[in-house]
Amino acid sequence: MSIAELRRATRETGRADRRHGRRIRLPDNRAALWFLAPFALGAIILTIGPIFASLYLSFTDYNLLQDPNWVGLANYERMLTDTRLHTALGVTLTYVVVGVPLQLVVALTLAVVLDRGMRALPFYRSAFYLPSLLGSSVAIAMLWRLIFGADGLFNTVLGSIGIESQTSWIGSPETSLSTIILLHVWTFGSPMVIFLAGLRQIPGELYEAAAVDGAGAWSRFRAITLPLLTPIIFFNLVLAAINSFSAFTQAFVVSGGSGGPADSLLFYTLYLYQEGFGAFRMGYASALAWLLLLIIATATAINFWLSKYWVHYDD
Amino acid sequence: MTTETLTTGRPSRNGRRAIAPSGDRMRRRLGGVVRHAVMICVVAVALYPVVWLAVSSLRPDGTIFANPSPIPTDFAWENYVYGWNALGSPFGRYILNSLVIVIGSIIGNLVSCSLAAYAFARLRFRFQRAAFVYMIATMMLPIHVVIVPQYILWAQVGLTDSFWPLIVPKFLATEAFFIFLMVQFIRGLPRELDEAARLDGAGHARIFLQIILPLMVPALATTTIFTFIWVWNDFFSQLIFLTSPDNYTVPIALRSFIDAQSSSSFGAMFAMSVVSIIPLILVFAFGQRFLIRGVATSGLK
Repeated sequence: MSIAELRRATRETGRADRRHGRRIRLPDNRAALWFLAPFALGAIILTIGPIFASLYLSFTDYNLLQDPNWVGLANYERMLTDTRLHTALGVTLTYVVVGVPLQLVVALTLAVVLDRGMRALPFYRSAFYLPSLLGSSVAIAMLWRLIFGADGLFNTVLGSIGIESQTSWIGSPETSLSTIILLHVWTFGSPMVIFLAGLRQIPGELYEAAAVDGAGAWSRFRAITLPLLTPIIFFNLVLAAINSFSAFTQAFVVSGGSGGPADSLLFYTLYLYQEGFGAFRMGYASALAWLLLLIIATATAINFWLSKYWVHYDD
Repeated sequence: MTTETLTTGRPSRNGRRAIAPSGDRMRRRLGGVVRHAVMICVVAVALYPVVWLAVSSLRPDGTIFANPSPIPTDFAWENYVYGWNALGSPFGRYILNSLVIVIGSIIGNLVSCSLAAYAFARLRFRFQRAAFVYMIATMMLPIHVVIVPQYILWAQVGLTDSFWPLIVPKFLATEAFFIFLMVQFIRGLPRELDEAARLDGAGHARIFLQIILPLMVPALATTTIFTFIWVWNDFFSQLIFLTSPDNYTVPIALRSFIDAQSSSSFGAMFAMSVVSIIPLILVFAFGQRFLIRGVATSGLK
């Protein structure tokens, strides 16, 4: 899937009849009402309603027990001086800016190697996809916590190749975030599968022509593969950025819900959870939710703006 | 220029491979072997943590971390027995809870998303384009943004600490990814089928139930599989909504394991971790075709 496909799908919406050149049918408003009733109800009660409700609550001191009191901009003022929030923003931003590109580079590299007519492709594809399937589970987060503990597997393996280490990689603030980034990179399988599907779309004649012209493997990659794949890379980037801004499970399980040593694992959503569902400061948590929405919207907008400079579209 | 070079009679990439001098062929074959060897190593590294988890779940406590070998040597099945009964209820209870939520979610997604998808793909109605754009926008909206007011909503009707907040949203077509997947699938079906049925006097309900739905089984299968995986793995909303131990699902129970464990029960913890990922592996083994295609065509995770 790519942004171009989303655009095409939107253009097609509601005009399929005209394309077929039949006489224009009357609108099906009444039937649509029935088919879309669950969707509309969900949109109003569970999405649009809550977004505006949390906007209102973000100007109150609601704590679930007493009625909300209007406090004006107090929650937003608190954000300016809330050092834990600033830490959380830093941690999350680091995770996104380092983890997302790193994972995509690994995914793309392996996809390109696999695509070059390797037999047993389905085997490799499945094997690499497995971590993506398990990566968001509590079991794996827990495993990570134990692997990178002071007497965990990682130190044992290091010891067996002659490097003695007593470091708790999870327990020291300098390295704990890296272990979570590593966990994210480890789930490179799903973007890899998407890249593989994209590589299949590139016409083989292009490579043949380039080979005849004497282009080497690297320049073929630079001149053909990479440009034609940019729409898919871009789409992966947008989705992965959004998902990573809202990453929760791994940081929660690895740090036992605390945010880790010196808050080095205090992901944004973890802080939101602590404020909303630990301290029941629903007003402040609502403000945090709105900030998250703005951050994600801004990041996506920046991604789209930057895409003009590097994404190659045919149409 | 492209066609010109191609028509000079030079062999194509495939053709050259067939008629290459033997030295070149040898080098190619060697390159292939090297590449396979490298890839096998990458696979081994990538899967090592999971294999080690499974093997360690059968090792006696106290020997787990000192032993990095991925080859099973011990078979301490008592880890599983102990782990199964280590929490307030037998682990089967949590599996059952998870299954209830998973199955409810699957039914909800199948029903509500296919209805909405039919409307988007086959009907014409007011605000259609706007509703479609909204649907695409919500694909990118993380639940964390709306969880606080949703929680307050459920608290006001007294249904927190129940399965309802986890299942009902699926019946209200909140998983836009699946709607989009199904819309694209239905658009690929020939419209002549609908037209013929309409000439026979069928209404939209009949066209949907008797013509479209049977044809969109692959899209429904993809939805089923991904709903299973996502809901089985879901931690955030289950952590927020389920508070009493009787309602715990597998991820929440597993997490309480970590907090409650004395350092001597790693084996049991590993054992239950393995139990918790077995359903995922099974879904993967049997639904691989739909799974890989779903990832490839629509960017599902």
